[in-house]
Amino acid sequence: MSMHLPALQVIIPLLLAAVIFLFNNARIAYIVSVAASWLCLAIAIQLLLLVNDGSVIEYAFGGWEPPWGIAYNVDQLNAFVLVIVSGIAAIMFPFSWRSIQAEIPASLHVLFYTALLLCLAGLLGMTITGDAFNFFVLLEISSLATYTLISLGKDRRSLSAAFQYLIMGTIGGTFILLGVGLLYTLTGTLNMADLAERIGPLQASRTLQAAFAFLVVGIGLKLAMFPLHLWLPGAYATAPSVVSAFLAATATKVAVYALLRFMFGVFGADFAYGEMHVELMLVSLALVSVLFASLIALLQRGVKRMLAYSSLAQIGYMLLGIGLANVSGLTATLLHLFNHALMKGVLFLALAMVFYRTGGSSMRHMSGLGRQMPWTMAAFVVGGLSLIGVPLTVGFISKWYLILASIERGWWPVTAVILVASLIAVMYIWRVVEVAYFKERPADLPTVSEAPLSLLLPTWTLVAANIYFGINASVTTGIAQNVAQTLLGGVQ
Amino acid sequence: MMLDFFDLYNYWVVIFLMMAGFYTLIAYDNLIKKIIGLNIFQSAVFMLYISVGKVSGGSEPIAADNIELYSNPLPHVLILTAIVVGVATTALGLALTIRIKEAYGTINENDIVQMNRDAEAEKAQEWGRE
Amino acid sequence: MIPLDQLLPLAVFVPLLGAVGIWLFGYAPNIREGATLLTSLVLLLVVGGLLPAVLAGERPTWLLVEMLPGLELKFVLEPLGMLFAGVAALLWPVASLYSIGYMRGNNEQHQTRFYLFFAIAIAASMGIAFAGNLITLFVFYEILTLSTYPLVTHKGNADALKAGRVYMGILLATSVGLLLPAIIWTWQVAGTTDFAAGGIIADKLGGPMLTVLGFLFIYGIGKAALMPMQRWLPAAMVAPTPVSALLHAVAVVKAGVFSVVKVVVYILGVDTLAAAPGIEWLLYIAGFTIVAASTIALRQDNLKRRLAYSTISQLSYVIMAAMILAPISIVGAALHIVAHAFGKITLFFAAGAIYTAAHKTKVSELNGIGHRMPWTMGAFTIGALSMIGVPPAVGFISKWYILMGAFQAEQRVAVAVIILSTLLNAAYFMPIIYAAFFKAPAPGDQQVHGEAPLPIVLALSVTAAATLILFLFPEVPFALAQAIGVQP
Repeated sequence: MSMHLPALQVIIPLLLAAVIFLFNNARIAYIVSVAASWLCLAIAIQLLLLVNDGSVIEYAFGGWEPPWGIAYNVDQLNAFVLVIVSGIAAIMFPFSWRSIQAEIPASLHVLFYTALLLCLAGLLGMTITGDAFNFFVLLEISSLATYTLISLGKDRRSLSAAFQYLIMGTIGGTFILLGVGLLYTLTGTLNMADLAERIGPLQASRTLQAAFAFLVVGIGLKLAMFPLHLWLPGAYATAPSVVSAFLAATATKVAVYALLRFMFGVFGADFAYGEMHVELMLVSLALVSVLFASLIALLQRGVKRMLAYSSLAQIGYMLLGIGLANVSGLTATLLHLFNHALMKGVLFLALAMVFYRTGGSSMRHMSGLGRQMPWTMAAFVVGGLSLIGVPLTVGFISKWYLILASIERGWWPVTAVILVASLIAVMYIWRVVEVAYFKERPADLPTVSEAPLSLLLPTWTLVAANIYFGINASVTTGIAQNVAQTLLGGVQ
Repeated sequence: MMLDFFDLYNYWVVIFLMMAGFYTLIAYDNLIKKIIGLNIFQSAVFMLYISVGKVSGGSEPIAADNIELYSNPLPHVLILTAIVVGVATTALGLALTIRIKEAYGTINENDIVQMNRDAEAEKAQEWGRE
Repeated sequence: MIPLDQLLPLAVFVPLLGAVGIWLFGYAPNIREGATLLTSLVLLLVVGGLLPAVLAGERPTWLLVEMLPGLELKFVLEPLGMLFAGVAALLWPVASLYSIGYMRGNNEQHQTRFYLFFAIAIAASMGIAFAGNLITLFVFYEILTLSTYPLVTHKGNADALKAGRVYMGILLATSVGLLLPAIIWTWQVAGTTDFAAGGIIADKLGGPMLTVLGFLFIYGIGKAALMPMQRWLPAAMVAPTPVSALLHAVAVVKAGVFSVVKVVVYILGVDTLAAAPGIEWLLYIAGFTIVAASTIALRQDNLKRRLAYSTISQLSYVIMAAMILAPISIVGAALHIVAHAFGKITLFFAAGAIYTAAHKTKVSELNGIGHRMPWTMGAFTIGALSMIGVPPAVGFISKWYILMGAFQAEQRVAVAVIILSTLLNAAYFMPIIYAAFFKAPAPGDQQVHGEAPLPIVLALSVTAAATLILFLFPEVPFALAQAIGVQP
C-alpha cells in the first residue's frame, strides 16, 4: 500500500468526486469530502516524512517506466506543498458545510463538493506530477473546477468574475501547453527529470528561450503575477466565502510551486538566472505589485476585495524571494508559501463567519462586531497581525528571511519597499480593527451572536497554527532552507 | 531565405491563427465571440503539436510490413487530451454565458462592467463614505 | 526554593497568569482586583528573588524555544535588565493600587480589559528586561506596543481613536521600519544577536555603515521618543492617568531607553561606537530634544501634557548619557531610568489625584490647591524636585553621574545642555508648586473637594517616599548600574 501513496494522493479525491456525484446526497457528499481531505493530509504527511531525508520517491503510473509512462516524483519541495494544500483542505472542508448553507442554494451542494474535490485533486496532482503534459492536464482540471466554484457566489458579479478568470486562465493554460510543446520538440520527452538532463547541453537555443518565456507567462497568469493579475480581485471578492478562503490559501501557492519546479527542476537555476536573467523581471514586477497592491487594498470598502489585493502583494513577496536569487530569498518564498496559506486562511475564514452571521463582509457589516462576535474578530486580528508580520506569528518568519535576503544582496531599496508595504498592511488591517472595535453597530443591521462552534473550531485551529509555527519555526524553516539549497544547486 | 520561410510554414500558420484568436478575444465585447476567439487560439497550439509530430517521409504510425519510418504518434495522443480539455472549457464558458445572460440580460462585456460599476456606486451612495 | 534559571521565566509568566485570572474573574470586580494586586506582589517576590544572584555576579540563562535555526528566544539575567525589571516590579503594585482608586473613583468603563492588558504589558516589560538577545527583545517590544494600544484607546471615542492611530503608527513604523532591519542586519553581520559585554559588532562593520546602524537602532526604538519621533507620547495623554503612569514610568518609555542603553552597551559596544564617524550627532540630537521638549513643556497649560513633554526631555537625558560613551555616563543613564521612573510616576499620580478629586486638568486652575490636597501636592513637589535634580531627591544622583561622564569625555555640549535644561525644568515645575501652596484660589473656584480617595493618596505617598529613600540609600541600584557591561 505505502508504495502507491503518490498515486493515492491524487486518485482518492478524483475518484471520490465522481462517487459523491453519483450518490447525489449533500450530506454524504460533505462527509466523504471531509474524509477525503483528511486522508489526503495523512498521505501527504506520510510522504513528507518519507522524503524528509532528502530522498526522492519515483512512482511510475501503471507500471510504465518513465520516460515513457507518466511518473510521479515526490521530493521535499512538493511534499511540503502537498502538506500545505491538503492541510488547508482538511481544515476548510469541515468548515464549508455551514458556510455554504448560507451562500449556495441547496440544490447545488452536491455539485459544490464535486467541484471542490476535483479542484483539490487537480491542485495535488499539479504538485506531485513529474510529467510536464500531465501537469497541464491537472492544471486544467483544477482550473475548470475553480471557475465553477467561483461562479457559485451569491452576487451575480461572481459570474462575470468567473468568466473573466476562465478566459485568462485558459490563455495561461494554453501558453503552458505551448511551452511544453516547444520543450517536447526540442528534447522528445515530457518527463521533467528527463527534460532537465537533456536541456543541459542546449543552453543558447531560441526555442528553449521561447519555451521558458511561454511557461513563465502561462504560470504567471495562474499565480496572478503583476500585470497578469486582473482576474484575481474579482474572483476572490465574489466567490462563496469558503471558496475564496480555499483558493487564496492554496491555488496561488501551487502556481508558485509550479514556477519553482519549471525554473529550477526543468530549466535549471543556471539557465533561469544566468541566461534569461529572470531575476530582473521578477524583482521589478514583484516590487510594483507589492507596493501598488498594498496601496489599492487600502482603498477598498469590501473587506474581501481588500484581502484579495493584499494577496496580490503577498504573491509579490514570494516572487521577490525567487528574484533575490539567494538561499535566504528562496527560503523566504518557500516559508511564505506555507505561512501565507495560514494567515490568509484565517482572515478569509473569519470573513466567512462574518458573512454567515451578517450576510455581508463589507466594512459596514463589520462595524461593531468586536463586541458581538469576539472570537471571530479575535481570529481576524491574529490573522491580521500575522499578515503585518508581528513577531510570534508566522508572518514575522517570512518577513525576517525576506529582509535578510535583501540585505545579503545589498539591495537596500528592496528592503525599504518590503518595510513600507508592511506598514501599509498595518494601515489596511487596522482600518478593519477600528471599525470592528470602536464603531457602533449601524442601527439598521441586526444584532448578531457569535459564530457556531463548527465554524470557530477550524478557524481557531488555523489561528493556533499561525502562532505555533511563528514561535517554533525551526521545522518549517529547516525544510525550506534544505529545499532552497537543493534548488539553487551549485549557483553562486 | 525565402526557402527557409516556406520550410517552416506550419509555424507561420500557427502564429497567424494564434494572433487571430487572440485578437478576437481582446477586440470583441460579445462573450460568445470571446469564446470563439479562445477556441481559435487553442486550436493553433493543437496544430503546432500535430504538425511537429510529422516526420518527413514517415508513414502513419500503424505497424505494417516494409515500413521503416513512422510519424511520431505521441503528440497526436497528447493533443487528443488537450482537445477534451478545450471542449470542457468551451462548454463551461458557454454555460457561464447563459447564466450571465439570465442574470444581467446581456452578454456584452462593456455593459456588464458598467452594470457592476453602477451597483458599486449605488451601494457607496446608500451607505455614505465610511 | 525554585532554581534561579527557572525563576527567570517566571517573571514573564506570573503576570501572564495573572492576566488569565483577571480575565476569568472579570465578573467580580473585587476578586479581579485582588488577583491584580496578588499577581503584582508575587511578581515583586520573583524579581526580588533574582536580585541577590545578579549582585553576586550570576548570569543564569533560560531558553524558551529555538525560533529559527540559530535564533533562539531566551532570557538572560544581567544587571541592566535587573534594574529595569526591579523598577517595573516595584511600581506595578503601587500602580495597581492607584488604578483601583482611580478607575472606581471615575467610574471608568471596561475595567476588566484595562487590568488584563495592563498585566500583559507588564509581562512584556519583563520579557524586554530579561531578553537574552535582540530578537527576544524585539518580540516583547512589539507585544508591549500592541498590548498598550487598547489602554491608550481606552475611552473609545474619536480622540482616543486618533491618539491610538498616532501611537501605533509611530511605534510600529519605527520598530518595523528601522529596528527590524537593524536587527536583521546585525544578525547578518555578526552571525548572532546575543547580548555580550563590549558589543558583538567589534570590527565586523566599520566607518559610516556603523553610524547608519547606530541611527537605525536609536531611531528604531521609537519608545525612547527621540525627536522627531516623540509625537506619540503627548498624543497618548488622552488615556486614563494610570495608563499614563504605565507609559511614562513603569513600562513603555522605560522599555525604550532601556533598549537604547542595552543596544549601545551590549550590541554596538561603547568603544566600537566611539570610533564611528558622525555618531556624536546622536548626542547633539538628544541634547536638542532635551532643550526643545523642556521649552515646549513650559508653554503647556494642560498639566498632563506638560508632564508628557517633561518625559520626552528626561528620556533624552538617558539617550544623551548613553551617547556620551563614557563608562561613568552609562552608570548615570541606568540610574536615571530608575530616578525618572519614581519621580514621574509620583507626578502623574498627583495629576490623576487632582483630576479625580477636583476634576481639574489645567495648570492655571491649581491656585491654592495645596491646602486642599496637602499630601498630593507634597508628593508632587518631591517628584518635581527629582525631575529638576535637586537633593534630597534621587534625580540628583543620576544627573550627577551624567554630568561627571560629560566632563570626563569632555563633551561640552552635553554639559551645557544639562545646565540649561535644569534651569528650564525648574522654570516649568516651580510655578506649579508656588501656585498650589502660595497663591489664593481663583474667585469662582468652588473648592468643595478634599483629598483624593485613599488608595490614590497611599500610592503617591509611597512613590514619593521612594524617591527620597533612593537618594539616601542608592547602594543597590548603584551596584547594579556599575556592573553593567562588565564581564562578571
